[in-house]
Amino acid sequence: MLSIKNLHVSVGDKPILKGINLEIKPGEIHAIMGPNGSGKSTLSHILSGKSGYTVTEGSATYQGKDLLEMPPEIRAREGVFLAFQYPVEIPGVSNVYLLKAALNSIRKHQGQSEVDAMDFLTLVKGKVRLLEMDEKFLYRAVNEGFSGGEKKRNEILQMAILEPKLCILDETDSGLDIDALKIVSEGVNSLRSPDRSFVMVTHYQRLLDYIKPDFVHVLANGQIVKSGGAELALELEEKGYSWLEDAEASA
Amino acid sequence: MAKANSSAYVERYADGASSLCGQTVPWLQQQRADAILQFTEYGFPAIRDEDWRYTNVSVLDKQHFAMAQKSVSAVITADWLKAYQLVDAWSLVLVDGYFSAEHSVLADLPEGVTVMSLAKALQDAQYATVLEGKINGAVSQDENGFVAFNGAYFVDGVLIHVPAKLQVSKPIQVLHIATQELTAINTRSVIVADELSEVQLIETFVGLECAYLSVAVTEVFVGQNANVTLHKVQVESEKAIHFGGTYVKQARDARFRHDNFALGAVLARSDVHTDLDHASECELNGLYLGVKRQHIDNHTRINHLKPHGISRQLYKGVLDDRARGVFQGRVVVAEDAQKTDSQMNNRNLLLSSDAEADTKPQLEIYADDVKCAHGVTVGQLDEKSIFYLQSRCVDEETARNMLTFAFANEMVDKVKIKSLHDLILGQVLTRFPQEGINKEWL
Repeated sequence: MLSIKNLHVSVGDKPILKGINLEIKPGEIHAIMGPNGSGKSTLSHILSGKSGYTVTEGSATYQGKDLLEMPPEIRAREGVFLAFQYPVEIPGVSNVYLLKAALNSIRKHQGQSEVDAMDFLTLVKGKVRLLEMDEKFLYRAVNEGFSGGEKKRNEILQMAILEPKLCILDETDSGLDIDALKIVSEGVNSLRSPDRSFVMVTHYQRLLDYIKPDFVHVLANGQIVKSGGAELALELEEKGYSWLEDAEASA
Repeated sequence: MAKANSSAYVERYADGASSLCGQTVPWLQQQRADAILQFTEYGFPAIRDEDWRYTNVSVLDKQHFAMAQKSVSAVITADWLKAYQLVDAWSLVLVDGYFSAEHSVLADLPEGVTVMSLAKALQDAQYATVLEGKINGAVSQDENGFVAFNGAYFVDGVLIHVPAKLQVSKPIQVLHIATQELTAINTRSVIVADELSEVQLIETFVGLECAYLSVAVTEVFVGQNANVTLHKVQVESEKAIHFGGTYVKQARDARFRHDNFALGAVLARSDVHTDLDHASECELNGLYLGVKRQHIDNHTRINHLKPHGISRQLYKGVLDDRARGVFQGRVVVAEDAQKTDSQMNNRNLLLSSDAEADTKPQLEIYADDVKCAHGVTVGQLDEKSIFYLQSRCVDEETARNMLTFAFANEMVDKVKIKSLHDLILGQVLTRFPQEGINKEWL
């Protein structure tokens, strides 16, 4: 699905990622954990195509294609979805308009015709129920005046409708109370499938209680310093990140 | 000099003066004479006047506009009207400033509601009495040169009167159509909503493809506890010069809302002034879209005269090419107007490096227990929003168009009359790049 090899990324002259290697196979869930400033957000941004970053070395290959060469919208149409840490408010554009525009862009990209209006509504309303959202949300402006929890739910709603292959969840648990966290997690879990992969970037282990990862990677100072199974997250929760950073420094 | 120029207008207009409306109304004749004196002495506004520092109307010195005459245009057909005349409203049509019975739709007005030509009203003693103290009652002749010019030479207009306690079931539209090259069209409108009444009004300004000067002064009297919403849709010809002044007096507990869509004309100026009595509320919304070399100036003034008044203002501008947009908003809180709650916002989006926005919010507060805020922004499209849309499969150009449209659409969406909403939406869409905007999905 995704193969990242020796990826080096800078912002201006400042190196942020210093040689990331990561292999993600279809159906897998990878958690990227790490302290603030370790480069977690940079990794999710560079994968989704945000500007302002320079790749100085290495590669990221998605389904056999050079991911880093594609403009953000092509990545999205090819099935890469970034659930934002801070979803942007877009007054004047309704949720349902954006969903329609996005879904039809994907269909066009795949050589399909525009989605039928009735089918679209049926699809969207089904997903709205899944995420326990009010249908009224569809006709409100994108994220405008939404609470933190509502914004995150809206991200998962978009994901559920666009059916991406590679989902990148950037700090999805931040700003969520426990009820919202459960609903969001259930939404994500319902999307798990053998041909869909997830990269969950998170500071805290909390989210991983609800979405069980196959692999956990610890990012520190721009590198993956340790990888393991789900149990690694628990170990981090107990010991914090400092022991890894110390271990790396002494190594 | 503007003075010399105004004399030229006064001389040339002398012949036509005897055919202006209200000849049999002595107080109006006196007002017209005063207006002519005022206009002769001061002329059209000059940029040395603080309220006009961003808007230069000296083109009126060079270009003479003859007084518009009553005419019949073959272009104005039922089909043509469809684009501007609302189907679910009563409408009074003024062609070149003169009432057109043929195009107006005024049948079955609710009992007691008056919607009629101002010229006709002035011929009838009953209505003329209502109008005394109303014409030039909400604005003074010395407000500016356009108001004086208009006071001297208005040919017709509309009287709208809603009696007490009546909610008018459908909106009332006043449709101004300009058809004659190089003419000046002067109209005066008087709107009176008695206590506890409610009415939705639309003023639409449109013209054939020619250069003309449209000067429309509207005076609104919102009675105690009455509720008036006035939408202004200015889609004048792209060669036109437009001055529109809306002057409002709100009684105690009265509510007034103005939605101002300034989309047309090469040079447009809009004044919206309102006086608030005890606990009255006003909401002034505006959207101005400038392309090519359009110059669109919006001027608001809210006078909080008594305690507990509430005012809200949001004006948004989108400026492309070499267009220039101006917002001057002034809120005055009198010493007596304690507990005033006022917010003023002006947001501008510049789409080209040659476009310009001038914004000047002014607060003058003489009371000590008030809540007043103002905010102003001038900027480009938000890169974060563009990336967000791109990450949702939308290409960059479409994302930019969507965000531009969305910025403007926030104001269009405030309009709750469906047919009017759609009319304005259509007008907004034709003025900006639509690539990637799917009207069917809106």
